[in-house]
Amino acid sequence: MDEPNAGETGPAPANPGVIAAELDPVNSLRDPRDRRIPRVAGPCVMVMFGVTGDLARKKLMPALYDLANRGLLPPGFSFVGFARRNWEHEDFAQIAYEAVKEHARTPFRETVWQQLSEGVRFVSGEFDDDAAFDTLADCVRQLDAERGTGGNYAFYLSIPPRSFPVVVQQLKRSGLSDPGPVGPDGHRPWRRVVIEKPFGRDLETAQELNAIVDAVFPAESVFRIDHYLGKETVQNILALRFANTLYEPIWNRSYVDHVQITMSEDIGVGGRAGYYDGIGAARDVIQNHLLQLLALTAMEEPVSFDADSLRQEKEKVLSAVRLPGDIAEGTARGQYAAGWQGGRRVIGFLEEDGIPADSKTETYAAVRLSVDTRRWAGVPFYLRTGKRLTRRMTEIALLFQRAPHLPFAATDTKELSQNALVIRVQPDEGVTVRFGSKVPGSAMEVRDVNMDFAYGESFTESSPEAYERLILDVLIGDPPLFPRQEEVELSWRILDPIEQFWAENTKPEQYRSGSAGPASADALMARDGRAWRRL
Amino acid sequence: MTIDLTDTTTGAIDQALTEARRRLGGMTLGMVLTLIIVTDEAAQYDAIRAANQAAREHPCRILAVIARKPKADSRLDAEIRVGESSPGETIVLRMYGPLGQHADSVTAPLLVPDVPVVTWWPDEAPQIPAKDPLGALAQRRVTDTAAADEPREVLSALAEGYQPGDTDFAWTRATPWRSLLAATLDQPHPRVTAGQVAAEADNPTADLIAAWLSLRLNVPVARTVSGGPGITETAFSTLDGDITITRTDGRTATLSWPGKTDRTVALHRRDTAELLAEELRRLDPDEVYAETLSHVRVSPPDQLLAASEDRGEEDF
Repeated sequence: MDEPNAGETGPAPANPGVIAAELDPVNSLRDPRDRRIPRVAGPCVMVMFGVTGDLARKKLMPALYDLANRGLLPPGFSFVGFARRNWEHEDFAQIAYEAVKEHARTPFRETVWQQLSEGVRFVSGEFDDDAAFDTLADCVRQLDAERGTGGNYAFYLSIPPRSFPVVVQQLKRSGLSDPGPVGPDGHRPWRRVVIEKPFGRDLETAQELNAIVDAVFPAESVFRIDHYLGKETVQNILALRFANTLYEPIWNRSYVDHVQITMSEDIGVGGRAGYYDGIGAARDVIQNHLLQLLALTAMEEPVSFDADSLRQEKEKVLSAVRLPGDIAEGTARGQYAAGWQGGRRVIGFLEEDGIPADSKTETYAAVRLSVDTRRWAGVPFYLRTGKRLTRRMTEIALLFQRAPHLPFAATDTKELSQNALVIRVQPDEGVTVRFGSKVPGSAMEVRDVNMDFAYGESFTESSPEAYERLILDVLIGDPPLFPRQEEVELSWRILDPIEQFWAENTKPEQYRSGSAGPASADALMARDGRAWRRL
Repeated sequence: MTIDLTDTTTGAIDQALTEARRRLGGMTLGMVLTLIIVTDEAAQYDAIRAANQAAREHPCRILAVIARKPKADSRLDAEIRVGESSPGETIVLRMYGPLGQHADSVTAPLLVPDVPVVTWWPDEAPQIPAKDPLGALAQRRVTDTAAADEPREVLSALAEGYQPGDTDFAWTRATPWRSLLAATLDQPHPRVTAGQVAAEADNPTADLIAAWLSLRLNVPVARTVSGGPGITETAFSTLDGDITITRTDGRTATLSWPGKTDRTVALHRRDTAELLAEELRRLDPDEVYAETLSHVRVSPPDQLLAASEDRGEEDF
């Protein structure tokens, strides 16, 4: 014991660059080999705007409870809701209680909730009401004093983008966005802001939106949530590609014939009509989710999994994406018409409440993209998304080239299609490999069979909800899973010319609800001698 | 469905399993490990229940091994449960007579191919788990010293016979505390000069936490006795005063930091299924546990100090 704290020079902390920056002296209780100890957020307050929304009730508040239940929130963690309602703290705590009880994924424990609810506050007001924001500022400062949250605030803007300017300005005016000076303990409090898609509706508006947030918050403290990136399966793409030797050798143009990335929904626009009209499927889904999935599938191996390396690779591959030479031939779009979906009679898009009868907004979009890199030259990436389709499903499918020579008679392999590797993102998360196998019997007959890995039946029970992971990353300040503004702009650069062409030249084709999409989408594939995978 | 096989063989069990799977419509074989539970008739129900819960996170084949009537003639009875509450398969193996001494000959043919094996002794564990025939089959051997009459002695015996892959629930129970302690020192803090862990006398988890702190921080750490439940307090002594985490009700902990407001956090005790699920998450040797365990051996926790009313420097 003659060398107190000698361990300080020992192993590096578990999260270098994340926690180490706030440490003095180094925390010798952290050890990268000690993987039982989870990452835990430091003391902080989360302020949420738009707490009365569906997302806050069904996902965000339950995710906070689940984090607390797993012991991943810091002592004293506090949560402030801001909305127009005329509620007291207790009313809001009651709403949050019901939301948590109904939607949390981990078992409900009264003591965990009790402890969490001690830090729940509510501030009532309009976004343009200076006094309300001053009350909010007082409220969080009071939490700092009462609950030791250390002046660290995360602002979650679960609100429509049109309200961003006023809220961001209010945060600035009330002094909430200012982290203040370095404290006596050598630690500067942090400010983080979380925003949800849509990140604009084209390049120009995305830049405007960014300028608004950027004027008040530095780029590294802006967290853009694309909840798809918080999903286990999506993170598993990285593990599948870069932790194995099995796939890398065939993950290129020499073996892959083409790639299909699909996100289909069985529901219509429902309550989102107001938002959806004028936006459409491509802006709503392709710009963010599908292009992010494309980036993760097509990118080169990052040198490490830290935020910068990962984003560099994603940006590289997004900047190599090329549009079809003839946009009319290489894209398709549609609108769902009335029909039968899942055993129920449903109305068409143009008959939906809040949708003008002459709306040109598409509810189905498909595009063929290419990726101009040595790895992918000549391999088309087909992206499609739509509403009111046959069923709800998201997947990435790599279809491989046929074997160059088959020493079988043509009749033997009649039922053999292309080998495929399918990453199922939802539902029934997992990976399927499709290959040919001999049918038992005296004749040689080869048919497709599936080899299946199902996350679904096994790991879901306890795998964290995407929002849980993402909120924890925000509170810890760990950015790899959040797209940066450059990625957002790159994806608009890909989509804008298509949207422009569509606006000027085409009208969405009607497709029957419950079908697999418009005929023009099938024609798009047929021109290339291919077909969509069955939904 | 449940299938009972009396006076049977592993071959017949395997066949019955295949048939059951076919009859249930070809359930996928997504099992990630084989879990062997070494237990007895009285404790098997709770152990299998906990394992079934853990199997939701880690689908597995559960082999419950129960030795019965050592003087009887050798006989193997099996009870197969598939397609019930958990995604995997459960086989309860009752071994009579001398067969009980050769349980590995029954379990080895029933291991799921290509995936790891974990052996768990919910109650009494062998002196050297890795040398036990059922332990030798496994990558990971899970014991529970808290279940023993003399936890401290068992802990030092385990330290003596440690082999990579050994682990103990006393260590698993320490995780939430260790996580909170590590998170506490994530904050800028004054230099820690000493530590203290207070718990009931027979609490091997407290011994391990004390050893871990003293090893990692390289400061003396006192292990004091309190009335419980479980661990009631940990403290870091610093030049600015003590940073303490107290938990008197086994549910909610309070973090007190000199010059700062007290903060509370939920810190509940976990049930067996949760402990087991944590153990099954990582199947590689736990080096930090190994180091901590050997530290307990070279410098066993102080002769238990009585918790003094005014806990202070004199404790150390």
